[in-house]
Amino acid sequence: MSTSTKALNRLGWWDRVSPASKDPITGVTEAFLADTNPHKINLGVGAYRDDEGKPVVLQCVRNAEAKIAGCDFINVGRESNATAVGSKLVEESVKLAYGKDANVVKEGTLAGLQALSGTGACRLFAEFQRRFHPESPIYFPDPTWPNHPNIWRDAQVPVRTFQYYHPVSKGLNFAALMDDIKNAPDASFFLLHPCAHNPTGVDPTAEQWREISYQFKVKSHFPFFDVAYQGFASGDLDMDAQAIRIFLEDGHLIGCAQSFAKNMGLYGHRVGCLSVLCADAKQAVAVKSQLQQIARAMYSNPPIHGLLLVSTILSDPETKALWVKEVKVMANRIQQMRSTLRESLEKLASPLNWEHITKQVGMFCFSGLTADQVDRLVREFHIYLTRDGRMSMAGVTTSNVSYLANAIHEVTRYN
Amino acid sequence: MRQQFTSLEAHGFESPTTQSAFSSSISSSSATDRRLKALARHLVDASPVMDSHSQNPNDTVSPSPTSSAFHADSVFAHIVRAPEDPILGVTVAYNKDPSPVKLNLGVGAYRTEEGKPLVLNVVRQAEQQLVNDRSRVKEYLPIVGLAEYNKLSAKLILGADSPAIQENRVTTVQCLSGTGSLRVGGEFLARHYHQLTIYIPLPTWGNHPKVFTLAGLSVKTYRYYDPATRGLDFQGLLEDLGSAPSGAIVLLHACAHNPTGVDPTIQQWEQIRQLMRSKALLPFFDSAYQGFASGSLDADAQPVRMFVADGGECLVAQSYAKNMGLYGERVGALSIVCKSADVASRVESQLKLVIRPMYSSPPIHGASIVATILKDRNLYTEWTIELKAMADRIISMRQQLFDALRARGTPGDWSHIIKQIGMFTFTGLNSEQVAFMTRQYHVYMTSDGRISMAGLSSRTVPHLADAIHAAVTSFA
Repeated sequence: MSTSTKALNRLGWWDRVSPASKDPITGVTEAFLADTNPHKINLGVGAYRDDEGKPVVLQCVRNAEAKIAGCDFINVGRESNATAVGSKLVEESVKLAYGKDANVVKEGTLAGLQALSGTGACRLFAEFQRRFHPESPIYFPDPTWPNHPNIWRDAQVPVRTFQYYHPVSKGLNFAALMDDIKNAPDASFFLLHPCAHNPTGVDPTAEQWREISYQFKVKSHFPFFDVAYQGFASGDLDMDAQAIRIFLEDGHLIGCAQSFAKNMGLYGHRVGCLSVLCADAKQAVAVKSQLQQIARAMYSNPPIHGLLLVSTILSDPETKALWVKEVKVMANRIQQMRSTLRESLEKLASPLNWEHITKQVGMFCFSGLTADQVDRLVREFHIYLTRDGRMSMAGVTTSNVSYLANAIHEVTRYN
Repeated sequence: MRQQFTSLEAHGFESPTTQSAFSSSISSSSATDRRLKALARHLVDASPVMDSHSQNPNDTVSPSPTSSAFHADSVFAHIVRAPEDPILGVTVAYNKDPSPVKLNLGVGAYRTEEGKPLVLNVVRQAEQQLVNDRSRVKEYLPIVGLAEYNKLSAKLILGADSPAIQENRVTTVQCLSGTGSLRVGGEFLARHYHQLTIYIPLPTWGNHPKVFTLAGLSVKTYRYYDPATRGLDFQGLLEDLGSAPSGAIVLLHACAHNPTGVDPTIQQWEQIRQLMRSKALLPFFDSAYQGFASGSLDADAQPVRMFVADGGECLVAQSYAKNMGLYGERVGALSIVCKSADVASRVESQLKLVIRPMYSSPPIHGASIVATILKDRNLYTEWTIELKAMADRIISMRQQLFDALRARGTPGDWSHIIKQIGMFTFTGLNSEQVAFMTRQYHVYMTSDGRISMAGLSSRTVPHLADAIHAAVTSFA
């Protein structure tokens, strides 16, 4: 046996594998879980918590689960009904995003496929984009969810950014955004957050969306919407889809990744939908078949349980009405916490401007805290958030908001 | 074909300063008015709304890009329809057939004697337990999945007393059934392994080459099935693996080879193991039928355990689709057996980087069911009984089909039907004969002659035997 084979036998094949860096978001939760301090607060991952800081299983979900458990037919048809269940999920999802009376929905000129939540839908699209437009990069807003570039890079699509967030105003840098859209080569692919931008919570106004849509037409850009928080921005599902509806009105053939992780609290079930609008039904069939092929070589199908839950909720009027109410409750609680946190900081006579806490929308607040300040919050106060200063407001409760305000004040007062 | 639009620049609408001047002049009008005015400013033709910005009345007018009459063509207009997946395509064709005697022997999904899909009792019980437990939540699983499930899965395939497990040398990550486990494993190898060729048996499951190619590996084959004997081409296998480059990855079906049902004997496995270790070939097991082949979970895991016992490294993809009937819930696991605990830990961290940009984290429901069953002594025992019942029914179908063909005096040696193991039988029928059977007897199967024994019942065996008899005698 050669010396190299000997060395191989001793060290194995993976000796040279270096440890990967921790995911910036899930790493926060890991650290939080390991902390034994009684005052600890998790403002890391964007998962909703009630006012006791507990995860919530929505009542509409419990109702749907009871229905599914009791139904023999669905149970028995577990694998043979997968296609039917998937189609139902798609049918209901696209109504939610595009409006139930949208032409594309009624005429079926879209290719829709159930997907593994938002991540899975994005990845399917990224692979699809690479397959049919191999030279085209994707443009992300700066900043964006950190997993976006990972997804498109793993699909081997080059990644670019366009200006979005204005760190001084802590709002939208609209002029720079429009410039970047204009300066990008014609027919570029853009990823847009239609509401509750992650991580900044900064959204364009309806008027600004119209301008963006217009410019997209002029440049023939492809708009891809990552819809992760429909319902969480304003509390109203249709209002939160406004940007999509504007683009639809303007005749864009968009792509859309929808997630039911947050708005239905189905995080762990990995339920989502990818849709791509097409010129006609025939093209929709072709596109769908290609997407199915990509999915088949990755995991075949998403799990049926989650698909059943979502389609049951969306297709039963009573359960859906309950869901709509529960989404509003969640959105309202977050808005309440935003107000309370801002008031508390102002009461403490913080030297800084905290307006952005209530101006920003959705689950996250881009606090403006520096990495050093974040590190202090973690070390000294056991408050966990990502180092870019993004706080998940869903983790704030009436019992911890004062502690949080005091802590933020402490680390920012002497700047 | 995308239409070309005259850019805003050509209309004299150039700079950010013009932009802000434009915006500030319209603050008083309604949103719709503002939008219309903005559009109007970009039109070239002489309309009453046109202002002094537009320059050139002789330019061809393109329709306003936002008018409702306009519809850009799709950027995906050039896409052609992908071919139907051949296996799923069989079911599609079967569903379309109105014949009352039609038989679906295509997809490898278990069916009862009544031809119905089966939800195991233990699965129903586990699901009920989960639903009744109001303290359960639906939060994200960690990227690597449910920890308890991972530990139990590793024990199931490697054996509870496996030294590799005791030494913490195994990293197990929850994946989406067998397909997902293979893909994640393939992507990991493409990034971190030095030999990017994987050898797959000829034939193999139709999805294997696609999964590995898209994962970034180069796919080659090794001889496996011998059509003359309808058994293993052992010489060919040894030769092909023997001439593979050192370090190449080799895909091995742990048991119940799909599509042939032909497995090496234990002695042959031992020879394969020795050859592979001497050439430092990396084993990648696809274990989709543990317990389903012989009825014994331990017996079906033997080949995998042999390789782990020699202290070497390997990858194992597990699926609970068949043996727990959890097809639609996509439950599986990828285990990588490493030389040391430290290496296993680093490998796991890299697996997370493959998974996160693919789907972030795996689904909670199916893995919770499996964990509930595996960790409860009663449920586990009940499961092994239900599993054996499924395996026994299939073995019985094999025997009945063999007997039926013998009774009809169908020409040829049909003993391979009872020698082959698992859900599938590679009948040896050619595509012409298969097409005939579909046309004349409404028997649906893949054109390579593979039939899913799970789709047969005592009631339908005679019909299938008739069909095979007719096909063989009509097309020699």
